[in-house]
Amino acid sequence: MKRPCCKKTVVQLSIVALLLLAGCATKTEPLYYWGDYQPQVYGYFTKDTGPEEQIASLEAGLEQARASGKSVPPGYLAHLGVLYAQGEHQDQMLKYFQAEKKQYPESTAYIDFLSRKFKQPE
Amino acid sequence: MRLGTFYARLAKTCCAATLAAVLLTGCATQRQPYDYTAFRQSHPASILVLPPLNNSPDVGATYSMLSQVTLPLAESGYYVFPVSLVDETFRQNGLHNPAEMHDVKPEKLREIFGADSVLYITVTQYGTSYSVISSESRVTAEARLVDLRSGQALWSGTATASSAEGRNNSGGLVSLLVQSIVSQIVESATNQSHPIAGITSYRLLAAGMPNGMLYGPRSPKYKTDGSALP
Repeated sequence: MKRPCCKKTVVQLSIVALLLLAGCATKTEPLYYWGDYQPQVYGYFTKDTGPEEQIASLEAGLEQARASGKSVPPGYLAHLGVLYAQGEHQDQMLKYFQAEKKQYPESTAYIDFLSRKFKQPE
Repeated sequence: MRLGTFYARLAKTCCAATLAAVLLTGCATQRQPYDYTAFRQSHPASILVLPPLNNSPDVGATYSMLSQVTLPLAESGYYVFPVSLVDETFRQNGLHNPAEMHDVKPEKLREIFGADSVLYITVTQYGTSYSVISSESRVTAEARLVDLRSGQALWSGTATASSAEGRNNSGGLVSLLVQSIVSQIVESATNQSHPIAGITSYRLLAAGMPNGMLYGPRSPKYKTDGSALP
């Protein structure tokens, strides 16, 4: 139980450090509320954290982002969609893909491409 | 004779002065200013980052790097395609390794993702070397940005980061930060190279670095950099 906790702290520390580094170079505050996005994506790739655990963390992050008045970064909402898809929640998946598209119109062509694929009969 | 010695000495002094001047200018203008002409003409708003090629012995390098590319690029003002979803899209289409993904034609990438540009990353070094005295984790990567609408190369760069850079006491906030991260990692015994890859990714991809990426449309600093030097 102790190790994953330490690991999380390390990952968070490194994000803080990176943001500090970014601060040094640009003297501006971050554009986005990052929360645990990148560590969760890493956990997704390494399969160290399961979809439920990631969903819980990222949904909590959405609340914190709202409270901070900042947007979540590109990919955050789409990644939540991917996690819901793993749990066979296709409605939730499509909802988050649409949310990504709404927040970032740059993703429109891609999200539409994916949505068309899912609407096709098997 | 005495005059001869004088001239010889003068010549020597001149040589030394010239050498010093050359060395000093060398320090000041180490790098050629980057030619941003194509980059500025293209001004991409979105970047598709493909899973990096891995030339290091560590199989974990690709996804360690990929999971940490979004922050520097997004904070620099770009839309970065969701890295997990992009990887999954390739897999659903039968492409399972980065080399195959890097081989996909730009037109095809443009058709599926609708991205303005694609970023090809290669990890050349990733891992920890252990020795009796100390161990060092080093991550080096290179990147190439290509416009998907024109196929034109826009930018390329390389960066490295090492856990050893804080140790020589050269000072500075950056090395202090690196050092503090590194000591944390040693204590927790997780993958030591992963946070170093985060620093490499930042140095490689954050805008505002010497010869680095330019700011993108979502940044307040968009179009303030990369202008022709006077």
